[in-house]
Amino acid sequence: MADIATHDTGHAADHGHHSSTGLSNNKLAMWLFLGSECLLFGGLISTYMLYRGRVQNGPHPSQIYDIPFTSVSSFVLLMSSLTMVLAVSSAHRKDDSKTNLWLTITALLGATFVGGQVYEFTTFYREGLGFTTSLFGSSFYSLTGFHGVHVSVGVIMLLSLMGIIKKNKITGDKAEVVELIGLYWHFVDVVWIIIFTLVYLIPS
Amino acid sequence: MTTATETHEDAQEHGMSDAGYIKIAIILALITALEVSTYYVDFGPLFMPSLLIMMVVKFVMVVSYFMHLKFDSKIFSFLFYTGLGLALFVYIAALATFKFFIA
Repeated sequence: MADIATHDTGHAADHGHHSSTGLSNNKLAMWLFLGSECLLFGGLISTYMLYRGRVQNGPHPSQIYDIPFTSVSSFVLLMSSLTMVLAVSSAHRKDDSKTNLWLTITALLGATFVGGQVYEFTTFYREGLGFTTSLFGSSFYSLTGFHGVHVSVGVIMLLSLMGIIKKNKITGDKAEVVELIGLYWHFVDVVWIIIFTLVYLIPS
Repeated sequence: MTTATETHEDAQEHGMSDAGYIKIAIILALITALEVSTYYVDFGPLFMPSLLIMMVVKFVMVVSYFMHLKFDSKIFSFLFYTGLGLALFVYIAALATFKFFIA
């Protein structure tokens, strides 16, 4: 009996705090946060859709978009979702070394994507598209900039997670922490799936 | 043997095996390649619908398999899809107000 009680307590501690539904509070909070993020990006995407044809000054979208370059960036971010899910899978198997390896690759792919976005912004600026050049410019930089900030925050979260895993400072369920950061990372990827199609591939 | 059993049980508990995730990623990469091909090849009247369908398929695949919504509690799906549905409703209404859909 005592053994069962000890095992149950250990199991509960291992899986973090749970709500009355039996689900993890942390996971519920993350999904609720991601649901609310849909509203944030929905606003930015619809603003862009409304203003993308409003070019009083400066270049038109079709004049500056570099589809082959953005396609490669999209592929890089898509593959980072694969490496992230492999990190979560390794964390569930309690394989810390593989978890850290996949997290490192994910962070590198994320940083590559952000680097590509910085390069793209610099090129567009040199071609005459500033933040206040036109309504198209403002809505484009706001949308893709917000997404870039989300990816950058994701990279910082991944690096921090690797640090705390190495120092063994996670008190609760390690796999769940990796999974929560994974959920955020995949969300950033699905937002880019929408941006890539609606902003880059469908002309105004 | 124990490791193989654990891996199989782990895959059952947490969704898919690593090989399954790699298959999903290959399908996603192929769809992305098809999307990019619309930039070079003229799809005619199918251009817009095909791009939108491919976007939705990719979105659902990442959310269902990589984010485990397909295997997790329906409450998580409810929370996420409620936010998504609300965003779609609000912003389609807003775009309609600005006569976005009128050519």
